Amino acid sequence: MRGHMIRPDPVCSDKKLPALSTFCVFSFQESNTSSVQAVRCVLKLTMKLIILNDYDQASEWAAKYIRNKILLFRPGPSRYFTLGLPTGSTPLGCYKKLIEYYKNGEISFQYVKTFNMDEYVGLPRDHPESYHSFMWNNFFKHIDIKAENAHILDGNVADLQAECEAFEEKITAAGGIELFVGGIGPDGHIAFNEPGSSLVSRTRVKTLAKDTIMANARFFDGDLSKVPTMALTVGVGTVMDAKEVMILITGAHKAFALYKAIEEGVNHMWTVSAFQQHRQTVFVCDEDATLELRVKTVKYFKGMMHVHNKLVESLPQEPKKN
Amino acid sequence: MPSNGSVSDAPITQFINCRILRDHKLQREDLWVREGRILDPEKLFFDELGYADERVDCEGSIIAPGFIDVQINGGYGIDFSRVSEDVSGGVSFVAKKILEHGVTSFCPTLVTSPAAIYHKVLPQVKVHNGGQHGAGVLGFHLEGPFISAEKKGAHPEQYLRTFRSGGVQDLTEVYGSLDNVAVVTLAPELANSQSVVRELSQRGITVSLGHSVANLSQAEEAVQHGASFITHLFNAMLPFHHRDPGIVGLLTSDQVPAGRTVYYGMIADGIHTNPAALRIAHRAHPSGLVLVTDAITAMGLPPGHHTLGQQVIEIQGLHAYVAGTKTLSGSIATMDMCVRHFKQASDLVLLDDAINVKATFISGEEVWRKEP
Repeated sequence: MRGHMIRPDPVCSDKKLPALSTFCVFSFQESNTSSVQAVRCVLKLTMKLIILNDYDQASEWAAKYIRNKILLFRPGPSRYFTLGLPTGSTPLGCYKKLIEYYKNGEISFQYVKTFNMDEYVGLPRDHPESYHSFMWNNFFKHIDIKAENAHILDGNVADLQAECEAFEEKITAAGGIELFVGGIGPDGHIAFNEPGSSLVSRTRVKTLAKDTIMANARFFDGDLSKVPTMALTVGVGTVMDAKEVMILITGAHKAFALYKAIEEGVNHMWTVSAFQQHRQTVFVCDEDATLELRVKTVKYFKGMMHVHNKLVESLPQEPKKN
Repeated sequence: MPSNGSVSDAPITQFINCRILRDHKLQREDLWVREGRILDPEKLFFDELGYADERVDCEGSIIAPGFIDVQINGGYGIDFSRVSEDVSGGVSFVAKKILEHGVTSFCPTLVTSPAAIYHKVLPQVKVHNGGQHGAGVLGFHLEGPFISAEKKGAHPEQYLRTFRSGGVQDLTEVYGSLDNVAVVTLAPELANSQSVVRELSQRGITVSLGHSVANLSQAEEAVQHGASFITHLFNAMLPFHHRDPGIVGLLTSDQVPAGRTVYYGMIADGIHTNPAALRIAHRAHPSGLVLVTDAITAMGLPPGHHTLGQQVIEIQGLHAYVAGTKTLSGSIATMDMCVRHFKQASDLVLLDDAINVKATFISGEEVWRKEP
């Protein structure tokens, strides 16, 4: 039996919050357990704002969400789960949790393909600050992902343009991205799509904005001259093509960017705002990141947490490990 | 699953659940080895799309590089300075036994002996790598006979020599061939020693200063000619004096040529050197410290009388004296005891927190493991 119920959100009648329209689509399917049923009664075509108390809880929620997505997908030798991945300090906690779930036997990355968002141009691959090194040290070396399934743009090839095009082709060949996980810069950028980037852009070479170089200087001994000035990055359009997008935003220094991204209009100066027009976006934040939002917005989404938390409940044990 | 074979098809071993010494700290990291070389796993992952064929679970142990003992006179009843029927057999026997102490390479040491001994013993042992058979031999350490009579320690006086034939000539007379020699200890105050220091250094043989009454300038001159090591610091040399620090002064000397380090051996058995002196040396020049055992025949044997070179030694507990005297004669401490004592003040060793050796590997291959 299938039922559809569309309930217009009372909040969206408030003209000040046009971006937060939420449509609830319920579909009833035959399932055995109530939590699986709840997960399948998922709010589709949604923007969800998930607010946790602190960084650790936000990281854990995000990791559980990813874990459940992969498990429900049931990846296998002819059916890979494609995951887009970010770098930086924000996702570190999430990676640690995913590693923990792998070590517990809850999840395997054997049939997962990953595509990283970006990489510096001209930085040696084994430099401790390259995104290759970041992914190896913080994620890949701790899990069972196959090297040939971990894709990161190479910022040291002769033809950067060809590298970008090849990356787009690899994503297409893999069947598109199921879930793209990303972060947000203090200037509202996603990946290295700096303010002013086209919202339909594809993977390409970008010159980094001053804000970004300053934010990254702390990884290069505080020396601005050591920070690379160019990077290869997936485009806003590339991420928009993903079936689902999850943005991690933690810390007070990201609060203004979050406000611009979800309480103001879609604008290429705050490129994360493009995801207001994506079918299925999840913003996972901590309290500090909501400091610039309206109290009304925060209360509304906090009130939904009991529903959203069902998405991260442990799934029933399957006899066959994925 | 092995790599894509773009670099090598050899199997890769991954040591997991271990702590390794990196950047002067113990860190929880896996260690990857292929064909006796440590791999960069990041390169392996991204370049070769490779990962381990075999995993060794270290159960939380510390992995340390295999210990190298550059001063060991024998052990387990074997005396390297005594001619026997089977010199190389004796060296091999000790080489196998010291794996238990985590030693993966060593320099069999000969104390002051008559020329005949050197001519017989030296040609019988070649430099070779370690493996299942035992620790690798880096070359002989010839401690004497060109040393000071006043600081002979346990060395027999009748066989001490000076460079009376001019220097290099004496080397050939006494030692014969220097092909398998890694280190020579001599006293730099002896006349004609400077040309000897130069000659040995040019041949790639480490010149070590010891059993000497040299003052600091004589020692510095030797370093400038190529000397780079000090034999058991504090022992068999003039004590540190604030107006003439002697050989000990090399630790902080400003006359050491740029880019060169003077290393110093220390016997950290708790007997040869007071722990406070050990700490002073370490704090003055931490990067030069080399732990040695200076172990003798009796190492590994029960208390009683034993021979060392041409002399008789007496074991009392952990002390080894020249029989009938109170002159220390080498030590019977093992290398892991020294490391442990020092901590309390690939070639690889697995250690637990108390620095007890659990297993020894050479070139990634396990060559000894402690019985549970």
